[in-house]
Formats: sequence, structure tokens, C-alpha cells
Amino acid sequence: MSKFKKKKGGELPAISTASLPDIVFMLLFFFMVATVMRDNTLMVDNKLPAADQVQKLDKKDRVIYIYAGKPSSRYKTKYGNQAKIQLNDKFSVVSDVGAYILAERATKREELQNVLTTALKVDGETNMGLISDIKQELRKVNALKINYTTRIGNYTQNY
Amino acid sequence: MARKSPEVNAGSMADIAFLLLIFFLVTTTIETDSGINRKLPPMDEIVDPPVIKERNIFTVVVNKNNMILVEEKIMDLSDLRNSAAKFLDNGGGIGEEECSYCEGEKDRSSSDNPEKAIISLKSDRETDYKVYISVQNELVAAYNVLRDREFTKKFPNERMSFVEANKMYSDPRTIVKVKKSLKPKLDEIKKMFPQKLSEAEPNKK
Repeated sequence: MSKFKKKKGGELPAISTASLPDIVFMLLFFFMVATVMRDNTLMVDNKLPAADQVQKLDKKDRVIYIYAGKPSSRYKTKYGNQAKIQLNDKFSVVSDVGAYILAERATKREELQNVLTTALKVDGETNMGLISDIKQELRKVNALKINYTTRIGNYTQNY
Repeated sequence: MARKSPEVNAGSMADIAFLLLIFFLVTTTIETDSGINRKLPPMDEIVDPPVIKERNIFTVVVNKNNMILVEEKIMDLSDLRNSAAKFLDNGGGIGEEECSYCEGEKDRSSSDNPEKAIISLKSDRETDYKVYISVQNELVAAYNVLRDREFTKKFPNERMSFVEANKMYSDPRTIVKVKKSLKPKLDEIKKMFPQKLSEAEPNKK
């Protein structure tokens, strides 16, 4: 009857941690796949407004980004509290937008130059005046396809 | 006899993986890549602007206090979608301008047909961007509601709405054959309810 005899000793066996690397690797792969490295460091507040009638943006190589909003807290002392435009990695004024678009357009492949979209990533608290100034500049350089980048959500989240 | 090689200790594997995991956790910013697409009008001024009847224009004004004025009356944002859809779907025209698929009230003082109906949006320089986006969103939604309705009515076999079909069409993973069959259908619906959303330049201070 020794077959059914319990092993002696009451201590619990140690939990095997052999599968821990597998779990961590799984998480790792998820984040590796989901990660999009930022091209630009944001220097402005960028809380995008919410909308639900959205369309997906084109492929990344066909998009030119323009950021706008109030300078982030660490730039506040230097650049003040007014909403500003950020192109690439620096603050700019409205009159720079046209030149920026032309320069960006020149770096793209020729067959893509006519299908470029300008994505406006603008903070929700910005005044429309700045945005319509940007839009005027875009019209001047014939960059007519724009996309107001938004979060996906109901409009009531904007209040 | 092959010599038994000592087993490699895999205990530190978890540490390495954690290190990588934390690196990616920190660098991850899941980027938003969707939004409302718009097309700006070209710069050159139209020499002589076409005459548009007052009843075919649906004016939406957002003032600097973020209040919404629709056809000179204050309106809540939650009513905007329905009232824009009602305007577009009115179909008050008679004779040649009659709209056969409209389900609206056929009010003579509102739009003749969806092809003629224009929504004009005007904002102030001090309007908040988020309010402007909300208004744009609701107006696009009004078009989408009507397009969905016509799409499901005309092509019930597709078993999806206009928005879904459009999404499928613009998805690069969709096979070419499906895209080809969707395109004429989408174009037909777009022609029935063309998105005529005009934006006036904001008030100068």
C-alpha cells in the first residue's frame, strides 16, 4: 500500500518560473509590433479633439504633419502661453508653413508628390484663427488635401 | 560516448526580456492616424460666383463664445446632426429639380434637392478648435446617415453600410476585385448626396 502513501513533508513545491520568459516575451512582442517611433518630439500640448466620423490617414510616407497648440510646460517660460505652430522640431510662425510644405514635398518620391495629405495635429484648445491662417498658407502652396487628426470618440468628450 | 554538456542556466532570460519590454513600454506612443479628411478650395478666385438660392443654403455659424447658430437660431450641438440631415433630405424641388429618393418634408422654403443643398460653415477667429471639429463631425455625420440609408436601400445584398463599404474600399488589404465592384456603388451614392460643405473665412477682428 505504499503506492498511495503521501510524500513526506508539508512544504509546498516552489512554483516553476520557467514560463515567465515566455509571458514576458509575449508582452514584448506586442509592444514591439504596436510601437511607432515618433519622428518629432512634441513641443506643444497636443490633446486632440474627439470625433467619430473619421477616416484612416494615408500611408505614412504620403503625409506631412503640422502640429499646433500651446507650448508644453517646459517651454512656457521661453515661448509664452500663446498657441504656436511646430514644424519638424522647432516653433514656427504662420509664414513658414508654405516653405515647409514645399521643402517636405521635395523630399518625397515624385509619384507621391501629387497625393500628399497634410495632417493637422492641433490641440483642442487652440483658436480657429491660427488654423485658418495655416489653411490659407496651405492653399497658397496648393496643398489642398488636409486631415484634421482626431481621437476616436464621441463629440461630447470635447467639452 | 558524447560528453554531456552542462545545461545553460535560463534563469536570467526573464531579466533580459523584461529589460527589452520596459524599453518598448517607455518608447511606445500609439499614434493616432485617423481624422476628418477635407479638401481646401484652390486659391484662384472664381470670377463670377454662381447664384445660389437662399433656401438651398444651410448656414452654420460658430461664434467666439462657441455658440452654434443655425439659420440664425441658436442650436445645441446634439440637434445639429438631425437638423442638417433634415435639410439635405428635404427635397422640396418640383419638376426637373424633384428628388425621387428624398424622404423629407418637401418643404418649399428648404432645399430643393441634395445636389443643390449646400452647408455653409463659418467660424470666428476665437472659436475653439475642438468645437469646430465637433461641428464638422456632426455635419459629416449628417451626410453619412443619409448615405448609409440610401446604400442599404439600394444594395441590400452588400450587407453593410456606406461607411463600412467606404472603409473597406480604402483599406489596402481589400482585394482588387472587391474594390472594383464597390467603386461604382460608392460613386453612385456619393452622387446622390454630394458633400457640399463650404467654409467661409473666419471673421476678421
